[in-house]
Amino acid sequence: MSRQATPSYDQLVFELSSPGRIGYSLPACDVPVADARAFLPASALRAEAPALPEVSEFDVVRHYSRLSRLNYGLDTHFYPLGSCTMKYNPKLNEDMARLPGFGRLHPLTPESAAQGALGLMHALAQALAEIAGMDAVSLQPAAGAQGELAGILMIRAYHLANREKRTKVLVPNSAHGTNPASTAIAGYEVVEVKSTANGEVDVEDLARHLDTEVAAFMITVPNTLGMFEPRIVEMTELCHAKGVQVYMDGANLNAILGITRPGDLGFDVCHFNLHKTFTTPHGGGGPGAGPVGVKAHLEPFLPVPVVTRQGERYGLDWRRPKSIGKLQAFWGNFGMLVRAYTYLRTMGADGLRAVSENAVLNANYILKRLEPHYAAAAPGPCMHECVVSARRQKKLGVSAMDIAKRLLDLGFYAPSTYFPLIVEEALMIEPTETESKQTLDAFCDAMIRIAREAEENPSVILEAPVTTPVRRLDQTKAAREPKLRWSRAER
Amino acid sequence: MLDVIGAGSIDDLLVGVPAKARLAQPLALAPALAESDLVRHLRELAAQDADADSYACFLGGGSYDHYVPSPINHLISRGEFFTAYTPYQPEASQGTLRTIFEYQTMMAELAGMDVANASIYDGGSSLAEGALMAHAVTSRPEIVLAGGVHPLHRRVVATYCAGPGLRLRDVASPDGVLDLDAAGKLVGGKTAAFVVQSPNFYGCLEDVRAAAEIAHAAGALLVVSADPVNLGVLEAPGRLGADIYVGEGQGLGVPMSYGGPNLGVFAAKQDLVRRMPGRLVGATVDVDGERGFVLTLQTREQHIRRAKATSNICTNVALCALMATIYLSLLGKQGLVKVGELSAAKAHYAAERLTAIPGVSLRFRVPFFKEFVLALPKPPERVAARLVKDRILAGVPLKSFDRRLKDCLLVAVTEQRTREEIDRLATALAKAVGA
Repeated sequence: MSRQATPSYDQLVFELSSPGRIGYSLPACDVPVADARAFLPASALRAEAPALPEVSEFDVVRHYSRLSRLNYGLDTHFYPLGSCTMKYNPKLNEDMARLPGFGRLHPLTPESAAQGALGLMHALAQALAEIAGMDAVSLQPAAGAQGELAGILMIRAYHLANREKRTKVLVPNSAHGTNPASTAIAGYEVVEVKSTANGEVDVEDLARHLDTEVAAFMITVPNTLGMFEPRIVEMTELCHAKGVQVYMDGANLNAILGITRPGDLGFDVCHFNLHKTFTTPHGGGGPGAGPVGVKAHLEPFLPVPVVTRQGERYGLDWRRPKSIGKLQAFWGNFGMLVRAYTYLRTMGADGLRAVSENAVLNANYILKRLEPHYAAAAPGPCMHECVVSARRQKKLGVSAMDIAKRLLDLGFYAPSTYFPLIVEEALMIEPTETESKQTLDAFCDAMIRIAREAEENPSVILEAPVTTPVRRLDQTKAAREPKLRWSRAER
Repeated sequence: MLDVIGAGSIDDLLVGVPAKARLAQPLALAPALAESDLVRHLRELAAQDADADSYACFLGGGSYDHYVPSPINHLISRGEFFTAYTPYQPEASQGTLRTIFEYQTMMAELAGMDVANASIYDGGSSLAEGALMAHAVTSRPEIVLAGGVHPLHRRVVATYCAGPGLRLRDVASPDGVLDLDAAGKLVGGKTAAFVVQSPNFYGCLEDVRAAAEIAHAAGALLVVSADPVNLGVLEAPGRLGADIYVGEGQGLGVPMSYGGPNLGVFAAKQDLVRRMPGRLVGATVDVDGERGFVLTLQTREQHIRRAKATSNICTNVALCALMATIYLSLLGKQGLVKVGELSAAKAHYAAERLTAIPGVSLRFRVPFFKEFVLALPKPPERVAARLVKDRILAGVPLKSFDRRLKDCLLVAVTEQRTREEIDRLATALAKAVGA
């Protein structure tokens, strides 16, 4: 395969700079005193103008267009990243978020003049509550991790209101890294619960840990191996018997829409990743939105303000003395909320159930096709994603990371690698419902080809990628000699 | 596909879901709409809102109507940026990694700091992360905040500090700026961070150098919050003594969008880099010696360090950071200075016009930048509501933020406001507060 099927481009915007060039025309000053410096103390003024690039508008457009082509995006490539739910992001969502009444609305507009935005938020919160079987939803958290922090802080506030000072939170060893990190910020000691050989929570180990020191048990459903925990209801009941609140990480909600609901499984809190399940774009790492839903006993602790409805009028309710407070300055990542609402109204109840059914079908199809070639981490059927292990290939000198790099050459983004931590050489594959059978087959063919290459010609895998704008990068050098900003000496 | 799987139906694949927890009936959701009907529905909702295209917007308080140049929306909408994931596979993500590297460079330059991260959610959460980081660095239990810190940002700090049990202490700002004597008494051996915002929530310029002396004399870190849009004209926090810089970067080309997503800017001095929250992109080389970029120093982060990570942040606001990067490229060295100058000049013209109205005065007698507090002879909520009818968003009534300012209105003026709009505001305000 020839080097660089993807276009190569190695400029930074600073390297295009030419003194005096400007990319945008500003209005002339139309007020009498034009020099702002006349009003400001000299000591507050910048001694030296910031060294920003000096480039034309066309320079900027061409530069960022070229940079974009160095990326694999979901619009251009299959993105089977497990746990990330890389499903198609409908273009209509974008048009709706850009309507002036949404995109050009200031957050401190009088409530009476922002009824459309508030009404949309109210409707979205109600729909999410119905989907999750929860009693109330806050749309404020900016991402899943912030939803987790909000949820754990509400649980903390609830226990404190009951005059209980519990100190620990239980998290399975298969959990996303944000679970223990959010829990630690909320001031709790994190205690890991073991998994069984199949990656399910070890219920006996869980039971051993449950006592009056435990504030919460936090678990992802389906779990990070893509399996529905068969004893989940038993687990939530065990927890409640000891006064332990149960938190569901909603990262994998795409598997269960309209099939079952966190609230019905016994969960007290769950968060939603609107950038996963509800089609808001990932944007190269964000923004997302991480609304959090709770049962009624936790409702008094929701972040302020809460969007309320009285008759035909919507408003922001700040008078909530038990609230955990605020997570970001304003009301939530509203632009993402508009996109999620648009998606929900596109799909309806039947559409959402079909989403999960097709996501499960697609994942099982991949699992079945790959099973003869890779070791499955757990026996099927799986839910919306499957985890396979490259341990057979590892014996041939080919690691999960090598397979990921080879996939890049074959025109696919890579699955999540080395997660969950409890599976050796893990490759976590989530196709989502929006991929066609043709795409799934092409991906499976590539994976099978790589398994064969591992046996017959591993060097082609070990040298990969060769078609990308750069080849394997020296991570150690990057960390040992951190170069975190451009300097003139750079080139 | 079911044949390949060996299942009779999709239901056969859902065997793991306990029967008693299965939903018996469809979710009770509003019905699906055809695309054209949905567009109509959303347009109707949006039409109920007083947006800044149809109204003259003098609202500020952490979100500003600075102009967003056209290329930004076109460029960020390219699917390769828009629909990409976090750049965990660097060979297939050089576009995103390079734009983040550019962003880090620009933010560090604006702030006069050594290192900026790839973004935090917004100005409030960025400040909270700064407070937690100062606590991690100093192992001290208190955060002292200047009274001019945005009250909603302060509330976010309080939320984040509840778990570690940090105590928040507030320095009064009765005259619109920090009472330095009071600050000197409150900042001491227990202080992890002294937090100052400049210009502050009331638009007033703080004496950041003096605040730095107070913080450093006590062995505390100085955390400075500042709107990066203003840093073309105002001195960089790093050169005024800040150890950590945070800011709300929405004004750098990000739509107001009813308050989110915004852009949390975060930067620090070199010696603090391994304590920083969030992602960092670094330069390196590939196996052929070609320049390339990767996520680096990841041992700080949750996916590696789990409960011992410097922060729980994973998803950030990368696309908003890209908007800011394109904005700053377009405006460049001269443009950002001009935006600051125009905003300040127009704000001062507006203050002059508005305080010429009988009964209307500036609440604070200290220098301000693009935002100022007016004391009104009539309740500001009623005045503001009345001006909405004239298609003017006059300002933010301050009663809900501080009861002592119940007669006050916070007015912001960006480069976008024309003299004609300011004059129209003056005429309408005069009428609204008149007999």
